[in-house]
Amino acid sequence: MKNSKKSMALSILFMGFGQFYNKEYLKGMIYFLIEVISIIFIPYFKKSIYGLITLGNIPLHYVDGIAEGDHSIFLLVDGLIATLLLTLVAIIYIINIIDAKKIGELREQGKAALTTKQFILYVWDKYFPQFILAIPMLFIIFFVLLPIVFTVSIAFTNYSSPNHLPPKNLVDWVGFKNFKQLFILDIWNNTFIGVAVWTVIWAIAATVTNYFTGLFMALIVNWKEVKLKKLWRSIFILPYAIPGFISLLIMRLMFSGPGPINNLLVSLGMDKIPWLTDPTLAKIMIVVINIWLGSPYWMALMSGVLTNIDKGMYEAADIDGGSKIQQFIHITLPIVLYQTSALIVMTFAHNFNNFQAIYLLTDGNPVNGNYRYAGSTDILISWIYKLTRDQNKYHMASVITIILFIFIASISAYSFTRTKSFKEEDMM
Amino acid sequence: MDPKLNNQIPVTNKKFTPLKLIRMIIIYGLLILMSIIILAPVLWIIGSSLNPGSSLFSSTMFPKNPTFKHYIELFTETDYKIWYFNTLKIATANMILSVIFTTLTAYVFSRFKFRGRKITIMTILILQMFPAFMSMTAVYVLLFRLNLLNTHLGLILVYASGQIPYNTWLCKGYFEGIPSSLDEAAKIDGASNLTIFRKIIIPLAKPIITFVAISNFIGPWFDFIFPQIVLRSSDKRTLALGLFQWIQENQNTYFTRFAAGSILVAVPITILFLFLQKYIVQGLSAGAIKG
Repeated sequence: MKNSKKSMALSILFMGFGQFYNKEYLKGMIYFLIEVISIIFIPYFKKSIYGLITLGNIPLHYVDGIAEGDHSIFLLVDGLIATLLLTLVAIIYIINIIDAKKIGELREQGKAALTTKQFILYVWDKYFPQFILAIPMLFIIFFVLLPIVFTVSIAFTNYSSPNHLPPKNLVDWVGFKNFKQLFILDIWNNTFIGVAVWTVIWAIAATVTNYFTGLFMALIVNWKEVKLKKLWRSIFILPYAIPGFISLLIMRLMFSGPGPINNLLVSLGMDKIPWLTDPTLAKIMIVVINIWLGSPYWMALMSGVLTNIDKGMYEAADIDGGSKIQQFIHITLPIVLYQTSALIVMTFAHNFNNFQAIYLLTDGNPVNGNYRYAGSTDILISWIYKLTRDQNKYHMASVITIILFIFIASISAYSFTRTKSFKEEDMM
Repeated sequence: MDPKLNNQIPVTNKKFTPLKLIRMIIIYGLLILMSIIILAPVLWIIGSSLNPGSSLFSSTMFPKNPTFKHYIELFTETDYKIWYFNTLKIATANMILSVIFTTLTAYVFSRFKFRGRKITIMTILILQMFPAFMSMTAVYVLLFRLNLLNTHLGLILVYASGQIPYNTWLCKGYFEGIPSSLDEAAKIDGASNLTIFRKIIIPLAKPIITFVAISNFIGPWFDFIFPQIVLRSSDKRTLALGLFQWIQENQNTYFTRFAAGSILVAVPITILFLFLQKYIVQGLSAGAIKG
């Protein structure tokens, strides 16, 4: 039999054997150990995968006063980790076979396999990217990918209070039941549509108002006759520099019932205004307050864009007798819009999930009787937060998360295909 | 161009006309009006922090007997000092870890062709679209399983891992702008991959690395959501979480204390920001502005 076939067959039989046959002892040893360790852990894998499939069978009971029983959510996490590890072993197994075959072929061509020392140097150089990526990838897999897979899994279970909350109760897989409920049950459906519509309105309103206020600020700060440009710019950038959660909390207090704005109104002989407690007014106020917070970013950005516009165009327009307003509409605006289009989409996506603005200003309140667990100013993400933290309705929160993710991902995907980093990548 | 004509333009511009005067009045009026709107909340909170009382009702923007007692209280009666130190520690660790992870990952993606590269980049792209915030239940359970709940290490790992996808993408775009002929020349001279990374890429990519560093340093000062999930006891809290809980629990007894505490956080961060705003604005728009 040929070298390559033989070493390949040996590698399929047991990881590392093919490499031993090819006289690559260190490499073979590493593969061999990986398989040995995996075999030792077979009981662990079996138990974890079984737990993932059943999510536990033994309900909580007491043995001599000590609580015992399966904790479905831990079983789910452990099961996911085990699946991840198994996938990793499977990938290594495949690489091992391919590698044995390749080296075997090289030997057929009369090239000797590498010695251990050569091997180490060769591997460090050849697989440099993989070595460097290993650790960051491990972290991404554990702290980013795994939580996402977990969240998605929860959408297909009944993990929720009051009847399916571990450790007291077990959790079960329920398939697409939660998705059906969201679309069929009126109370869920109404809340979802109501909140989603406000989320879209809010995201558009916040983006548009910030954008044009920012542009306006940039225009007047950069007006050529204005003196002390640096001072004005520093004042205008302030709201962007102050930690957002502090400004939002300050605003919340300023516009609260006993806050200074209402005090001022009272001292002027007027009535108090329910700034953040009237459903409609609260929505308007959130957008208005957000202008204070969000437009400085655009001002800073647009200042750069504006200074790069060719002055010759304005001079030509002046000579042709174009007014300042005409110049703005026909020169400034098209250039600025074109240059920042990708950022507008990104800001829209950001505002869509702008949890802080809603949560810190109104908490999603005032309460809305027609909604399930959501207030009048709640956007999807703050509703998800409430479902998770306050109501323990993890299953529905996950379903909404998935829908939200699909929506945001398609928007971001669109804007990313337009960035420089993407264009230089021949991915399409 | 005719030099005479060139001289004429500034002359006509300087000519005094009533229309121009009105325009300048309007522009300065707007500048002042906007400055007032921007500064009012800032001045109000500064004024509030100097009030002798403790509640929102009784405090005024210009207190009659201004006092610094709330600032002193912060350090003598509360865990504020511990929170400040905690936040500084987490922010610094997060910054260092994030810069190492991000720059190395971005370096590999921008300079090497290897099997699985495309699929990894695509995965990273998709992952960064999923708000980390949405997987908070998972993060909680995971940290619980790893025994990292109520530890700063747990929080740092969550922060530093979560930022990799987006910032890698940002850095990769920047690194690709550095001509690869520089690397090749160094390689011929016998430089190793890591030397090229240290001696060529890092110095040339300073603006974007500064951005990654600042944004990861500032992040923990702003965030109260993940600390709320990960940290349990008061001595482990970060500033954002501590301040937030004062307002959440009782805005009447803690209001002026909150005001003083907020100012002590906001001042250094704001100054840092104003100094480095060039990098921040550049970083935020990196690769996204069409050139």
